[in-house]
Amino acid sequence: MSRDGFSPVTGAISLRDVGVHFGTGRHAVQAVQGASFDIAPGEFVSVLGPSGCGKSTLLGVLAGFTKPSSGEALVDGLPVERPGAERAVVFQQPTLFPWKRVLANVAFGPKMRGVGREERKRIAADILREVGLADFHHHFPVQLSGGMQQRVSLARVLVNRPRVLLMDEPFGALDAQTRLQMQELLLELWAEHRITVLFVTHDIDEALFLGDRVLVFSQRPGRIMADFRIELPRPRTPALLTSDHFVYLKRRCLGLLRPEATSTIDGTSQPVFAGDIEQSSP
Amino acid sequence: MAVAIQVESSPQSTGVHTTRPVAPVETTSRGRLRFSVPRWALHLVSLAACVTLWELASRHGWTFLLVRFENVPAPSLVAGAGWGFIHSPKALSHVGNSLLRIFAGFSLAAVLAVTLGLIIGRFRLVSDLLLSPFELLRPIPAVAWIPLAILMFATGEQSMVFITFIGAFFPILLATIHGVEGIDRKLVDAALSLGAGPFSVFREAILPGALPSIMTGLSIGMGTSWFSLITAEMVSGQFGIGYYTWEAYTLQNYPDIVLGMVVIGVLGMGSSALLRWAGRKLTPWYRPGGALP
Repeated sequence: MSRDGFSPVTGAISLRDVGVHFGTGRHAVQAVQGASFDIAPGEFVSVLGPSGCGKSTLLGVLAGFTKPSSGEALVDGLPVERPGAERAVVFQQPTLFPWKRVLANVAFGPKMRGVGREERKRIAADILREVGLADFHHHFPVQLSGGMQQRVSLARVLVNRPRVLLMDEPFGALDAQTRLQMQELLLELWAEHRITVLFVTHDIDEALFLGDRVLVFSQRPGRIMADFRIELPRPRTPALLTSDHFVYLKRRCLGLLRPEATSTIDGTSQPVFAGDIEQSSP
Repeated sequence: MAVAIQVESSPQSTGVHTTRPVAPVETTSRGRLRFSVPRWALHLVSLAACVTLWELASRHGWTFLLVRFENVPAPSLVAGAGWGFIHSPKALSHVGNSLLRIFAGFSLAAVLAVTLGLIIGRFRLVSDLLLSPFELLRPIPAVAWIPLAILMFATGEQSMVFITFIGAFFPILLATIHGVEGIDRKLVDAALSLGAGPFSVFREAILPGALPSIMTGLSIGMGTSWFSLITAEMVSGQFGIGYYTWEAYTLQNYPDIVLGMVVIGVLGMGSSALLRWAGRKLTPWYRPGGALP
């Protein structure tokens, strides 16, 4: 479970002054503005922000779905130009293919790579066992609960051995109990697979519980207000949620996300509570 | 008060709308009916009553309002005609010819309309280029094509297949376009980010995603192609079940008219059932309005 031993060498993310706007003229909407940050290989970074702040757009840029209007997004030094299996995406609503059974859904990536039928079945079965769904190979997605569908979604991207895992509020639609289980599963898989995770959420508890580091976004147009490390021990357990340090961090985030706090930011100002927060060291 | 009414009326309404047979041991949910009858028996009784009424009306030449049963052949006469039809060599050639025309016209329409629909639904440019001529042609009923079709094709056979084709083409095309446009954008994104190329996206996401809608279009198209074919056969056919029915009228073989209608109904029902069966086989994950069993 611990992240000792060698560190992964691939999966570095680098954003250079990325801006995204949609539409033109009066209808133009600035979704993201001047986003710059670096993420080290193997790091787990939570992106926290209010709904509609452009954090999902930023994820779309890294996934290759959205072209940035300015700046550039690099993964392992190469600019992101199109979607690719090395940058896995898990959406809030499970996007499993309804017409494929669980095993075929998971085997989709290997199939696209040209892996033979028996081989891809075998590796899909392996990863399904890892997410605890060994007995559900022949179910259709509609026959599974929301939590189980997200397990399949995780299996379906992890089977491709991605360098980067981009998650867009993946547990947002789940009940509290299931969500906690999924969070712990995700941390286990992360420790196992040693991949970089960028985890978008509007849930402060979730961001703090999972991440090595939290990026806090302002309201639209999304800008990074704060970037700090979470010095909580791993493996993380639900007991942490009530610890003093956790509560302290949570209060800080709540302060940052208060509407009056975000509304005072103009184009040039620094993060409002920058002084209170330990800045991450590169 | 409102709540009480709701509680009382809800089991009744489900009882009315359910399509599953009610098990004989259960009392029906309609309350007043204490004894229980299998539903198929009720269906059979009502069917028998209708046929009996028809038989009586024809025999005695009754008139209901404007409808005169004087010249309407009785069911017993139609049954007799049916017995003769089955044993005549003409039956096979009439039915066979119609089926062959449906098969040719419908298959051609299905292949062309599904292919075009997938491309039009997926690519804005193709849609802009092709959709407006199709929109112009679409409101013209297939039957209105009959005179021009006779001029356009060398043989009557070809023109009838063409009419069948036209009848099926537009419903299938529109349903396919609709199906492609209705696919969740995120599913396409997911396929792309899992490493699918343009062709794979088509085969693995667009086609299966549109398939339920395509199947709906095929069943509507099957209905309209039968409709178009029967009319075309009545106008310009030699052999074919539509021709048979019209010929019966001109030769004053009145029982054969009704027999022709019955055969057309059975053929249409059979081809629809075939499509529904194919639909269930092709889209096992999909049940309209509900989850899998």
